[in-house]
Amino acid sequence: MFGWEFPPHILGGLGTASYGLTKGMSLQNDMEITFVIPKPHGDEDQSFLKIIGACNVPIVWKENSWDYVNQRIGKIMHPDEYFHLRNGIKYDFNRIYTNDLGCVDFSGRYPDNLIEEISNYEAVASVLAHQMNFDIIHSHDWLTYPAGVFAKQISGKPLVIHVHATDFDRSRGQVNPTVYGIEKRGMDAADHIMTVSNLTRKIVIEKYHQDPRKVTTVHNAVEPLPDVDTFTKTVRKEKVVTFLGRITMQKGPEYFVEAAYHVLKKTKDVRFVMAGSGDMMHAMIDLAAKRGITDRFHFTGFLKGRQVHEMLAESDVYIMPSVSEPFGISPLEAMQVGTPSIISKQSGCAEILTHAIKTDYWDIDAMADAIYSIVKNPAMFESLSKLGLEEVNNIKWQDAGLKVRAIYESVM
Amino acid sequence: MAGCRTESSCHLRERYVIYILLIYILQLCQTEHVICNLKLKKNMRNLCFYFQIHLPFRLKRYRFFDIGNDHYYFDDFQIGDEIRHFVEQSYLPANKAILEMIRSSNGKFKCSFAISGITLEQFELYAPEAIDSFKELAATGNVEFLAEPYAHSLASVFDANEFERQVKLHSNKIQALFGKKPSTFYNSELIYSDEIGELVSKMGYKIMLIDEAKHIMGWKSPNFIYSHSYLPKLKLAVRNYKLSDDIAFHFVDFSLTAEKFIGWISAFPQDEQIVNIGMGYEVFGITQSAYTGIFDFLKALPYHAMEQQIGFVLPAELSKKYESAGSLSVPYPMSWVGNDKDLTPWTGNDLQQEALNKLYAVGERVRLCKDKQLLLDWLILQSTDHFRYMSHKDAYRSYYDSAYEAFMNYMNVLADFLSRVEAQYPSTIENEELNELLKTINRQEEEIEALELVIEKLKSKTKKRVVKK
Repeated sequence: MFGWEFPPHILGGLGTASYGLTKGMSLQNDMEITFVIPKPHGDEDQSFLKIIGACNVPIVWKENSWDYVNQRIGKIMHPDEYFHLRNGIKYDFNRIYTNDLGCVDFSGRYPDNLIEEISNYEAVASVLAHQMNFDIIHSHDWLTYPAGVFAKQISGKPLVIHVHATDFDRSRGQVNPTVYGIEKRGMDAADHIMTVSNLTRKIVIEKYHQDPRKVTTVHNAVEPLPDVDTFTKTVRKEKVVTFLGRITMQKGPEYFVEAAYHVLKKTKDVRFVMAGSGDMMHAMIDLAAKRGITDRFHFTGFLKGRQVHEMLAESDVYIMPSVSEPFGISPLEAMQVGTPSIISKQSGCAEILTHAIKTDYWDIDAMADAIYSIVKNPAMFESLSKLGLEEVNNIKWQDAGLKVRAIYESVM
Repeated sequence: MAGCRTESSCHLRERYVIYILLIYILQLCQTEHVICNLKLKKNMRNLCFYFQIHLPFRLKRYRFFDIGNDHYYFDDFQIGDEIRHFVEQSYLPANKAILEMIRSSNGKFKCSFAISGITLEQFELYAPEAIDSFKELAATGNVEFLAEPYAHSLASVFDANEFERQVKLHSNKIQALFGKKPSTFYNSELIYSDEIGELVSKMGYKIMLIDEAKHIMGWKSPNFIYSHSYLPKLKLAVRNYKLSDDIAFHFVDFSLTAEKFIGWISAFPQDEQIVNIGMGYEVFGITQSAYTGIFDFLKALPYHAMEQQIGFVLPAELSKKYESAGSLSVPYPMSWVGNDKDLTPWTGNDLQQEALNKLYAVGERVRLCKDKQLLLDWLILQSTDHFRYMSHKDAYRSYYDSAYEAFMNYMNVLADFLSRVEAQYPSTIENEELNELLKTINRQEEEIEALELVIEKLKSKTKKRVVKK
C-alpha cells in the first residue's frame, strides 16, 4: 500500500482512514500489509502491518558500510533490508537530490514542492516494485497514484486506487489542471477504483470519465475510542453548538454563522463555537461581528489530539455544513461521544447515517431549525445521542476491510 | 279404425298418467330443494367487508421562527392535491364498482366504511363529489358507516374524555351527512384493549372490530364472534388479517382471482361462519392500481360468493346474528399494524412519546376553549399519522426525509399551538381553579338572568299597585 500519512503524525482525515482501514483488514488472517509512507517517525503502531519509510529506501547506489547504515537508520529500518532494497535500483535517478545513503529526504507533509515530492515518491516505488513480493498494489489518494502506476508497470500486478477526495471537492469546481492530470492518469491505469462515498463515486464517473463497473464505494468507518468514558459533558444552563474543522471554503463556515444568527434571534441560551483554523477565519470573525452575535459566538483556534474529542463531548450539537465532503469522519467522532450531529446532504457520511440531521449546506433555515430543535427538545437530543451512538458503534472498519478484500479478489 | 282409435286413446291416457306422475315428482324435488336451500341459508357463511378511509391534514414546513408569528399550519396545496389523487384514483371508481355490485346482486352485497371526521372535512373542502358518492351508497341501505374517533387519533389510549368527545363528534357528523347514527365501533387503526373496550361499551356500542393478533388469539380462529373479557355485552369481530392482506398487499404476487379467493373461504371448516375482511380503501386503485385488475376482482366477488352459498353481512348485524364463541382478554393495547400488532408504530420511540405527552397534557384545557379554529387544530394535530412519521422503523407514507424532521416540524407547530392555548388560559392558573372561575362566570350570567326576572316581577307589581291606586 502506498499512503501519505499514518497516525500518530497526521494532518488530515487521510491518515485516520488509512490506519482504520489497514487495521480492519489485518483482522483477516491471510492478509499481510506493507504500508509505504514518505517519512515515518518511528512511533507508528506496527503491530498489525509493516511500515516502510520512503525516506529510507535508496534510489541512487551509494557504497556504505553495514555499521554506518545501522547507525543512521537502524532505529527505523534494519540495515539488511536497506542493502536488499539497494539491489532493486534499476534506473538512473542521479538527477534527484539524495543524501549520503542515496535516499530522498521527504518532508511527509504538503510542502510547496509537492509535485516534486510526488515524483520522487514514484522513484522509490520503482525500487520497491523490483525487490518486494506482493500480489496487489493499493494507492491511497492522488499523491500516491503515480507511485502505484509505476509499480504496476514494473511488476505487472493489479493496481487498486482509493479515492479519499478529488480536486473537485477541494476547489469547489476550480480544478488545478496538474492535479487533475495526475488523478486522471492514476484512475485510467487502475484495475479498480474505490471511493469513500457514492458522492465521490459519481464525481469519479462523471468528471474523470471512468467506467462505472470499475468504481466501487467502500464507506469509511470509525475506530472505537478506547477512552470514551473519560469524556464527560458538563451540565450547563447554556447549550453549546460546535463547528469543528478547517475554516475553509469547502467546509461552509459562513452557513454556520448565518444559522447561528437565526437561532440567536429567537433564543439567547445558546453559545456557538467555531473550532479550527483556516484561510476564512478572519472573514468569519468579521461576519459574526457584522451580525452582532460575537457575545455568543466564540473562536478557539486549532485543536489537536484529545482536545478535539473533549470539545466534541462538551458540545450539545455538532454541525458540519460542508459544501462538498467526500466522506467526513468528524460527525462519526462526535456521535461516538454522544453528541448529536447536523450534517450537510453534500457529505459522504450522510449516505450511511440515519440518526443524524441532514440538511442542504445552503439551507440556513433548516440548519437553524435543527439546532433549535435539539437544543430545546430533550427528547430530540436524547434520541439522537443514544441511537447515534448505537449506530456509529456498528460502523466497523472490519466490514470495510471485507469489501476491500472482495475487490482485491475480483482483480487478481 | 275404431279399434285403432281406442288403442290410441288408451295410449293417451297412459301418457297422461305418466305426465302427472312426472310433474308430481318434479314438484316434490323442488320443495325438497327449497328445504335444502333453507337449511343452507340458516348455516350460510357470511363475509363482512369494511374499509378504512383516512387522510391526515398535511403540515407545512413550519420553522421555529414561525412560532408565535404564523398560526396556520397546513400545506393546502399538497392536501388538496393528495385528496384529489385519492378520490379520483380510488374512492370514486371503487364506489362506482360497489354501487354496481349492490345493484347487480339484487342487494345481496353489503359493506361498511370507517371514514374519519378529518377526512370528511377534507372531502367537503376539496372533493365534495366524494361525499355525494358516499351518500348515493348510503341510500341503497346496503352500506354501513362505522363510528370512530373524529380525528383518527390515539385518544383512546391517552385521553379517555377526549376519546368520548371525538366519538360523539364523529357520530353526529355521520348522522348529519348520511342520515344514520353509526352503531358499530371501529377504533383508529383497530386499536383495542380491555380498557378501550370498556369505554366503547359504556358509550352504548354492542359490537367492535379488532384485528387478529397471534398473542391474543393463540389457537383460536378469527372466523367467529368473540366478546370482551369481562363485559359480555360487547361483541368483538376479529379481522381475518391473512385474507385481508392477501387482497391488500399480495394481490399481484398471488395473481389472485375472485374464484380463488372465495374458494379459500369455502374451504374453511363448516362451523366457521363469519369472515371479517378489512383494509384501507385506497387498496382499490392506489396500493393496487387499476391496471392490476383489482376492480374487476371486486366486482366478481358477489357472483362467486353466491355460487358457493356465501353471503354478505354488515358489522351492525353481527351482534344479533351470532353468539359469542368466547371472550378475549387484551390487557395491553393492540393495533392492526406490523407483525407485532402493537402501538410501537406511534409510540415506540422517545420522540413519539415526547410529542404525545406534550400534546395530551393540554387536553383538558383545550376542551375549555371556545375558539373554533383552536379546537379544529387540536383535532387535526391528534391524527395518528403525525406520530407514525416520527417512527424510525415504520414511517408509513411519510413525506419527511427522516423521523427527526417529522418531529422537528411537528414540535414547532405544537409549540405555537400550545402558546395559543396558553394565551387563552395561562398555565399559572391550575385546571381546577380555572374550572371554578369558568363556572362562576357561567353562573354569573344565570344569576343575572334570575335577578333580572326578579326585577321585572317587582316592576310589574309596582305597576299594578300604581294602577290599583
